[in-house]
Order: sequence, then C-alpha cells, then structure tokens
Amino acid sequence: MDESRPPLLRMERISKNFGATRALDEVDFDLRSGEVHALLGENGAGKSTLIKILSGAVKPDGGAIWLEGQRFAPAGPLESRRAGISVIYQELNLAPHLTVEENIMLGREWHGFGFLRRQRMREKVREALGLVHHAEIPLDVPVRQLSVAARQVVEIARALLERTRILVMDEPTSSLTGEDSQRLFGIIRHLKSQGVGIIYISHFLEEVQQVADRSTVLRDGKKAGTGRTDEISLESIIKMMVGGEVKELFPQVAHQAGEDSLESGALKGKHMPAAVTLALRRGEILGVAGLVGSGRTEFLRTLFGLDAVESGRVLVGRGEVLCGGPRQRIRKGIGLLSEDRQGEGLALSRSIADNLTLSYFAPYVRSGFIRNKQQKKAGWEWIAKMKIKATSPGQPVSSLSGGNQQKVALARLLHQNAEVFLLDEPTRGIDIVSKSQIYESMGDLASKGKSILFVSSYFPELLGVCDRIAVFHRGRLVELRPVIEWNEEALLAAATTGRPAAS
Amino acid sequence: MNEAKGGSRRIRLLVNFLAPFLGLLLVIIVFSLLPQVQDRFLRLGNLKSVATQSVIVALGALGMTFIIISGGIDLSAASNIALSSCVVAFAINAGMAPWFGVLLGVLTGGLIGFINGTLITSLRLVPFIITLGMLGIARGVAKWMAGNQKIDAPITWVNELMARSPRPSWLLMAPGVWMMILLAVATAVVLRTTVFGRHVFAIGSNEATARLCGIRTKLTKVVIYGLAGLFCGLSGVMEFSRLTVGDPTVAVGLELDIIAAVVIGGGSLNGGQGSILGSMIGVFIMAFLRNGCTMMGWPNYIQEIIIGLIIIVAVALDQLRYRRDS
Repeated sequence: MDESRPPLLRMERISKNFGATRALDEVDFDLRSGEVHALLGENGAGKSTLIKILSGAVKPDGGAIWLEGQRFAPAGPLESRRAGISVIYQELNLAPHLTVEENIMLGREWHGFGFLRRQRMREKVREALGLVHHAEIPLDVPVRQLSVAARQVVEIARALLERTRILVMDEPTSSLTGEDSQRLFGIIRHLKSQGVGIIYISHFLEEVQQVADRSTVLRDGKKAGTGRTDEISLESIIKMMVGGEVKELFPQVAHQAGEDSLESGALKGKHMPAAVTLALRRGEILGVAGLVGSGRTEFLRTLFGLDAVESGRVLVGRGEVLCGGPRQRIRKGIGLLSEDRQGEGLALSRSIADNLTLSYFAPYVRSGFIRNKQQKKAGWEWIAKMKIKATSPGQPVSSLSGGNQQKVALARLLHQNAEVFLLDEPTRGIDIVSKSQIYESMGDLASKGKSILFVSSYFPELLGVCDRIAVFHRGRLVELRPVIEWNEEALLAAATTGRPAAS
Repeated sequence: MNEAKGGSRRIRLLVNFLAPFLGLLLVIIVFSLLPQVQDRFLRLGNLKSVATQSVIVALGALGMTFIIISGGIDLSAASNIALSSCVVAFAINAGMAPWFGVLLGVLTGGLIGFINGTLITSLRLVPFIITLGMLGIARGVAKWMAGNQKIDAPITWVNELMARSPRPSWLLMAPGVWMMILLAVATAVVLRTTVFGRHVFAIGSNEATARLCGIRTKLTKVVIYGLAGLFCGLSGVMEFSRLTVGDPTVAVGLELDIIAAVVIGGGSLNGGQGSILGSMIGVFIMAFLRNGCTMMGWPNYIQEIIIGLIIIVAVALDQLRYRRDS
C-alpha cells in the first residue's frame, strides 16, 4: 500500500451530541483505497452515527472529513453519493414489488423526456450484476421472490452502479448462511482489487478477522483502539469492545442431561421437515445447524404447531401433542422464540410488560379486568432478572436495543413456565454483551433441568454452548452427535453436502 | 429444468394477466345466457350505454390507480367530482365560454388533489385522514357555492360529451367514452414506461427505500394526488354533461365504487401493486353487473349484494395468487 498518498478517507476528531448524550467523542478514522477497514463496537457505541455522518444523513458537531486530501462536508445523502460513498444498510433496502432491474436503477433511471430507456438500463444492470459475479440473477423477477442472499447481491450491485470509491457494509452477513457469506467475501476481495475502500461493520468477529485488513473499535462514542487485524487477537478486540464487561463469550454453566423431554417421531410437515426423529433430553442444549432452507426453522415451527403436521408425532413429558396450535403447545410447556424478532416475536409498539405476559396472562386477570399493578410488578422483576436495560416496564419494546428486545422475548418463555425452549436464531443481530448473557441464561436453564433446542447459522456459538448438535439438510436430519465430535469444517461439510461426516 | 421453470413462469404470468379478464368475461357470459335479457344484453346499443355509464367512475379510477399503487387512498374523489361539476355549471351559468367552464372544472379538481397531496406530505398524516376531511370540505363547498340547490346552466356542446348518440354520428360513441379510452391508454403508458410511473410503484412498495434512493417522495406524492384530482375534475365535467345541471349532492359514495374498481382490478391497498388495465376491467365488471341487474328488473339491493360479494371474492383470489407467488 502506498503510504505517501493521502488516504482515501480521513475523519478527524468527529464529535456528535444527541441532546445530553455524547454519541461520538473526537473519533478519528481513516480508510485507504483497496482496504477493508472493520468498524467494531457494541450497539450504541457510535458506529452508525459515524456512518451517518459520512453518508451525509447526520451533521457532525465537531471535526472534519477529507476525501483524497480534499475537505468534504456533505450537505445531504445525495451529495455523499455523488462523491462516491455508498452505504448498504443492515435492513435490506429494496422495494419488494419491483423487479431486480427496477430496484438497481431506482432513483437514477435513464430516460429520454421522462420515458424509460429499458434496453440500455438492462445492459447496465447486467454489467453491474456481472461485476459481482452474479450475472445469473434474473432481471425481471420481483425482488420479494428472491432469496435473502440474492437480495443482498442486488443491493451491492445497486451500490456499485455509480463510481463507488467507498462502500460501507453494515452487518452484511447477519442474514446469510456460511456459504453465502463466503461468496460475499469473494465479492469484497474483487472490489478491493478494483481499489474500492470498504468499511465493514459486523458483530461476527471471526468473520472480521477473515476479511478485514484493519479494525477500529468504538466504545461509548470513543475510539477504544485500532490496528492491523492480523496483529490483534480476538480476545483483545472483545476486551476493547466491552471494556471488561464480558469475561468469557461462552460462559459455562454446569448441567447434566436427564431423561427425554421432547420427542419428535418421524415428524413430517407439509413441505419440511421430512420425517425427523430426534429426542431432546432434560438439562440439555441441543444445537440445530444447517443452511438457510435446510428446514431448521420449519422443524421448530412444526414442533410448536405453527406449521401443519403432515404425519409423525410429537411427545412431551406430559403426553402426546399433535392436534391444536401454539396455544396447546404452550399449555404443555413448550415455548418458541421466533427468528423474526421484530415481525413475529414481539409486538414492538406495546410495552415490555405486555410483551412479557402476552402468552400467560392469567396471573394478572381478575374477573376479566387486567390488574395493571401486578403486571407491572412482574415486569420489574423480569427486567432485573434478565438484566434488561430499560427505564420501566411500561416502555415500548421498540425503544430497546436488539439485544434487550431479545431478552424480553426470552423472558416471555420463562414467564410462561416453559419446560422445552425452542430458540430460533436467538442471537441474530444483537451485541456481544447481550449474546453472552443469553448464552448464560441458556446454561442456567439447562442446569435447572429445562431442555433447549437451539437453532443457529453461526457455527462457533453452537460449538460454544451446545451439548449435542444436529445437522439439517433439505428438511432431513443428517446427523446428530455430541459436540466434542464436531468442528466447524465437519458442520459445514454435513450442512452443505447432506452426508454424514466420515468418522 | 431451467427452461421448464421459465416456461411455467411464463404460463403463470399469462394466467395473472388474464385473471381479471376472466371475471369480466364471466359476468358478460352469465347475463348473455339468462333468457330474460340475452337478446338485449349484447346489443350494440346496450354496450354503448354501459360504456357511457362507465365514464365517470373510470376517470376517477385512473387517478385512484396511481394513488393506490403509491400506497395511498383518496376518499374525497366523489366530493371532488360533485364540486367540479358545480364549478362548470356555475361558470357557464355566469356567462363564461363553455370551454373556459370546462377548464375551470378540471382545474378545481386538480386544486383539491394538490391540496390533498400537500397536506399529506407536509402534515405527515395518513392519506385516509386527510382525504376523509376533504370529503366533507369539498362537498360542503359545493353546496355552499350552489346555495344548497341545483345550478341550472344553458345547454351547450358540453352536454354532448356524454350523449348516447353523438354528433357527428361517425363517432359511434360519446366523446366522453373516447376520452376515457384515450386517457386510459395514456395513463397506462405513463405508469409503465416513464420514470414517474416507476417511482409511483417504488413509493408504494417501500417508501423508505425510495427516499434512500434519492427519489423526491414528497414531490412525487403531490404530483400523484394533483393528477388524480385533475381526473376527478374531468369526471365532474362529465357528470355535469350528463345531468345538464350542477348538483352538489350528486355522486355521494361514488368514491367507494372507484376504489372498488381499482381493487377488483388487482390494486393492493398496501401499495406497490395495480394496473390501469385491471382498474378499467374492474370498472366494467361493475358497470355490466349494474346494467344486467337493471335489465333483469332486479331491485337495487340485489346489485349491492352482488357487487359486495364480487369485491371480496376478487380480492381473495388476488391474495391467493400473491401468496403463491412469494
């Protein structure tokens, strides 16, 4: 790398206040062309504020930005984009009804007198998709019919349509499988070779070590450290991020597996799962690994009665449950944590207390009237028990961070006295401290004799907390083994090929 | 395998395209098979009168299609039509040139739409509330202007716009019908082939994304509501032409017919979906139903029940298709 030329981007002593809170406190950040610079930190550490300042969405209170040595003070997002800065946000920003072509060209359609130049735009779009090695994506399909991974490619292609010098990727792999993530890294390497500078935000530290040249860690609005990724260890990054709050990422709580608590006998759903037989024991954390579309989620939903059972049986400690939906399952002591926290798992606009007690309202009802006081009291208790960062149980769930939202969702299952916990991606998109706390809660539950079925796309956490791991492939259970017999390569091999690992 | 997939998609696209036509065809076939009306139903004369009866709702539906695709709604459409028709009558009655009266009527509609759009974007209230308010305001202004009675106006060429037997006779159909067809084609072209049309879809599909992509969502919305207002204004002109007077109490509840037509034609109230062709088919399904029921001598309430059922069935079928798609 040529060190003498001015860096592609230099942000100096950037400060920003939101009311009384200091979101950014004299933060320095720089980026060279052809470099991937990871921006790390807990939720609320100031990462997104820094990005918003760069993208022109927010104006800084202090500090200066230079682009290739020239002062840069964007008046708005448009100016930033014209300067070659593209941001791919965490929630995919596509219009679901529009086609691939329409989405990629959105906002900068080529036209003559207002009439679209379809043919020329299509060539341009094909070129953009080719640039990210995904020329096979059809142009005329509405985006809502594409897989999550393909949608992401569409979004990257859109970002690259303009002469992009700086590409910001905010949690790009949070909804991707391992395989799709690897493909994304391929695209990133390609962009690097073209001289694009990439700012990479992610919660997955292993992934950062794989893809980033340098890392900068923010904590509480301040820069906690920066350095070459190959020179700083994972542990020191975590230490910088949390400032000593997390001692271990995977806190171990001793637990002992007992008799079977939930049995799935040749359980078959309409589409998936396909005849899955599996027994979950008391005091056990059983991991379920697999790619997106492997039927993991469908398996959990079928167990919980959200998806229809075609054939087979589900047994819990207190007898067979097959008929009925979630209501019956909850009564039998099964609880499900949805993978879609915001869409399905929580009623975002309602309070913490309401969300907590939604599945088990009985204690707070007397002759049809809700006893607000008792409900609120229970809310306080769970906030303390789960270490939820909130000011009151009356606070709407939407005002909490992702990690704290997830703790509310988990607390609901505890509150409804579940014996069997079906957890679907419980740590997706949440910060490390919350993750670690959720792992600890899972260990606690197991030590109390509860059973946990833990679905995750993230192999390290499965290997870190589970007792046994089952791998799914196209709706079938490929293999179930104790965790010590698995490693990441074996999991990936089983999940992608659908063949049991040779032992 | 891939080819077969493409083939089945093409078939599905074809089915999706034809589905609304099938509904219309079904209505026409049923009535032309009923022995009481079959000899009269498909006569040219009757078809002409169905076409003429459709003009007012159809013009409203053209604008409403834009609004619904963009994720909005306009409850003030019928009040706007009534107000515009009164303005035309008022102007011609006051001795202005008929063409000027027509222009004033259309512009009045446009102004109401423009106000709707401006209020929706500046107050950041949902279109339902703003246009619900405008429903009352426009109707009230119309009654006020008309002094709470009908406004008489001398007969001019304006009244021939909706004449069932037009002059010159080679026109075959009323000038208003031709205007409707022409405008339907024009709006379909705008919706499908212009940047503006694409932005309308984008806003309805995901407004946040549209804004992120640099689309001027506020301006686009004001244009959409303004445009829809102009169509209501023109529809008001047709209403005046048909009645030969300005009646501030006309077209009460017609906004629901207009919305129903768009929805029957595949428009989604969640935005992002809809087409001009679909909306026009929706208009004709309802017009043929009304016409057929009247010919059968069925009472009004039967029509109302049937149309109510059609709305539910049409949207349910559409939902089914949508779910299978995604």
